[in-house]
Amino acid sequence: MSGHSTYEPKTAFERWLDTRLPIIRFGLDFMEFPTPKNLNYWWTFGAILAFCLATQIITGVILAMHYVANAGLAFGSVEHIMRDVNYGWMIRFIHANGASMFFLAVYIHMFRGIYYGSYKAPREVIWLLGVIIYLLMMATAFMGYVLPWGQMSFWGATVITNIIGSLPIIGGAITTWLWGGFAVDDPTLNRFFSLHYLLPFMIAGVVVLHLWALHVPGNNNPLGVNVKSEKDTIPFHPYYTVKDGFAVAVFVILFATFVFFNPDGLGHADNYIEANPLVTPQHIVPEWYFLPFYAILRAIPNKLMGVLAMFASIGFLFVLPWLDTSKVRSMRYRPSARLFFWIFVVTCIILGFCGAHEPDQQVIPGFGGFQLMDSNINSFVWLSRLGVLGYFGYFLVVMPILGLREVPLPVPESISNPVLAAGSAMPAGATASPEKKG
Amino acid sequence: MLRKALVIAAVLGFAAAAQPAVSATTSAPLKDATWSFEGPFGRFDQEQLQRGYKVYHDVCSACHSMKLMSYRNLGQPGGPFFDPKYANPNDNPYVKTLVKDFQVPDVDTDTGDVIKRPATPADTFVSPFANEYAARASNGGALPPDLSLIIKAREDGPRYVYSLLTGYVTPPAGLKAPAGKFYNPYMPGDLTAYWTGDPKHVPVGGFIGMPLQLTPDRVTFDDGTKATAEQEAKDVVAFLSWAAEPHADERKKIGFAVMIYLLLFAGLLYASYRRLWRNIEH
Ligand code: HEC
Ligand code: HEM
Repeated sequence: MSGHSTYEPKTAFERWLDTRLPIIRFGLDFMEFPTPKNLNYWWTFGAILAFCLATQIITGVILAMHYVANAGLAFGSVEHIMRDVNYGWMIRFIHANGASMFFLAVYIHMFRGIYYGSYKAPREVIWLLGVIIYLLMMATAFMGYVLPWGQMSFWGATVITNIIGSLPIIGGAITTWLWGGFAVDDPTLNRFFSLHYLLPFMIAGVVVLHLWALHVPGNNNPLGVNVKSEKDTIPFHPYYTVKDGFAVAVFVILFATFVFFNPDGLGHADNYIEANPLVTPQHIVPEWYFLPFYAILRAIPNKLMGVLAMFASIGFLFVLPWLDTSKVRSMRYRPSARLFFWIFVVTCIILGFCGAHEPDQQVIPGFGGFQLMDSNINSFVWLSRLGVLGYFGYFLVVMPILGLREVPLPVPESISNPVLAAGSAMPAGATASPEKKG
Repeated sequence: MLRKALVIAAVLGFAAAAQPAVSATTSAPLKDATWSFEGPFGRFDQEQLQRGYKVYHDVCSACHSMKLMSYRNLGQPGGPFFDPKYANPNDNPYVKTLVKDFQVPDVDTDTGDVIKRPATPADTFVSPFANEYAARASNGGALPPDLSLIIKAREDGPRYVYSLLTGYVTPPAGLKAPAGKFYNPYMPGDLTAYWTGDPKHVPVGGFIGMPLQLTPDRVTFDDGTKATAEQEAKDVVAFLSWAAEPHADERKKIGFAVMIYLLLFAGLLYASYRRLWRNIEH
């Protein structure tokens, strides 16, 4: 859907360049890309994510000018940034809280995709590239958290790399290879720093592909119906640049509240203690954005099965476009899907909550409960098992079956003509697969 | 209705009784205390920082290092001895006098001998012990942690350190502290193994290798403030909070300017958005 190019080179230089490297044409066409006129604020998170990535890269490059990747010096070098580098505290707090903001935005962006069916044909590749971005983000954030070499950095890295060690036969060798030795130590820190610098640029590369794939079918929209005519679209610039710009500004207000008024609120106190391989912290917890996966890992008594379940929980995102049997994109017209969607969101939040607590801790303090298999029923391990059931149930049961059984509401004819089909003039059966009429 | 309630109560009671007693780390809820530096509008009180430094210097520094602090930090903007007349803290006369009391280990560049020389404002705080072994040897095996970041390194740091310092009590009968250890209800610990009383009522808290430090008039404050144990603890916590993030006040000040700017900017963007979109039906 590249549409027609409206660019007319005006100066002699522009004409010369246009026949050699049509980069101005590319830029202008990119900005004028016809975009559905009915996108709501959930669609602004793409721009917010682009802002987050740019922020992380800029602050990260500056931090790297002062950071020292050495097990003996790393902790001190971060404190040197906090204390002695001009505005170093600001750069570091932006980068640290920026990671959380990035994940907040990506989670909203992904839930938006699920709600409005943005992963369905013909946008599967956009979604797949998105999941790859998300995986790269997780790897980047995990390795970044190790760099300050605090207690949580060190023990988090130890726990997570040990997970890989539980894979049969090859596990031990892979872990040694990852560590560059026989424990998390200086070689581990150095390679994590190298990769933490590299991966964001790979993310940037995949974002280019993500946008390229987006510009083939064009954006989805809250109604989930295809764009029918030019009347349905407006140029991206200036309409969405200003709307996205406003959303980014509001997002930055939240961001700045953390950076300036509660910069350690999302962090863990133990990471202000320098790494010490001889002292294990009381509770080892990952950053909040990994907690649901941590809960899935610990919900399963068998370590290897837990690891597989955790990988599967992300793996299912890759096959989501083919698990969903419904042809109606937007859940606006799928009341039962909407209900399950919100149950799924709550499930993810509950899993996150479980990840933050010790498995044998009581969920309802003081309530005795009773022993079921290995643990008390009133414990976070059982709550996470319930969550695991809900999580996988959504992908494996709800997604495939619901699309076949539900009766969706009538879907509008087009973006400009939403009223037409919403009336009763249409037989319900005709709207169940609007795709075919497109 | 009543029957139902009774049945539920019985089931709950049974379930609760079936629950095995779990031993775990406990500590007492922290004391309520507040400081001027808390919250978005809070700022450090310079006189309190001076008193706090005095407590650190006179008491804590006998055992605890502060390796991330340099003497010059004391005279930098926001620091206890900042004087606007001396933008460069290395020139601050108070700091220059204060460092004269300290001797730092160095090497004589003429002879290569290990020597001690008077400190300069650029030097980091002198540590009480040469190394971890020496520190442990002098403290019954326990290691006094570096205090530079202690406030950030503990959950609700200011109240935790305050409660800990003022929270020493005589151990309840039935609790026997090992030699060189002291009972403190705010120190996280599990005392089950040391408790000879009712196993259902193990005292909360743990043992700490640091004896009670702050007693009335342990220090004499130059500004005439009465040196109660609570006052000393509060002041040293203020100083340690400042040391944990010396730029915290600056951060909050800049934050306000940033917020005002962002609100105006967002407002302008919203106005342009409404204006631009006013003819678009959507
Ligand atoms: C006589 C030596 C000594 C002095 C003086 C001393 N401490 Fe300690 N302190 C210790 C030792 C030893 C420990 C380690 C205790 C342990 O791990 O059981 C410690 C631990 C601490 C802790 C950490 C507790 C925890 O949560 O692990 C804090 C906070 C602390 N001291 C603050 C202070 C302050 C503030 C002062 C000055 C008012 C002070 N100390 C003076 C010896 C001392
Ligand atoms: C660095 C991270 C990312 C950036 C910078 C980014 C950026 C964008 C942008 C600018 C858009 C277009 C505007 C919009 O629809 O919001 C977009 C669309 C999309 N993104 Fe992402 N994205 C990122 C990560 C992800 C992830 C992790 C997923 C899902 C797993 C994802 C899924 C999608 C989908 C499905 C679309 C098409 C949406 C539609 O038009 O309906 N993205 N992305």
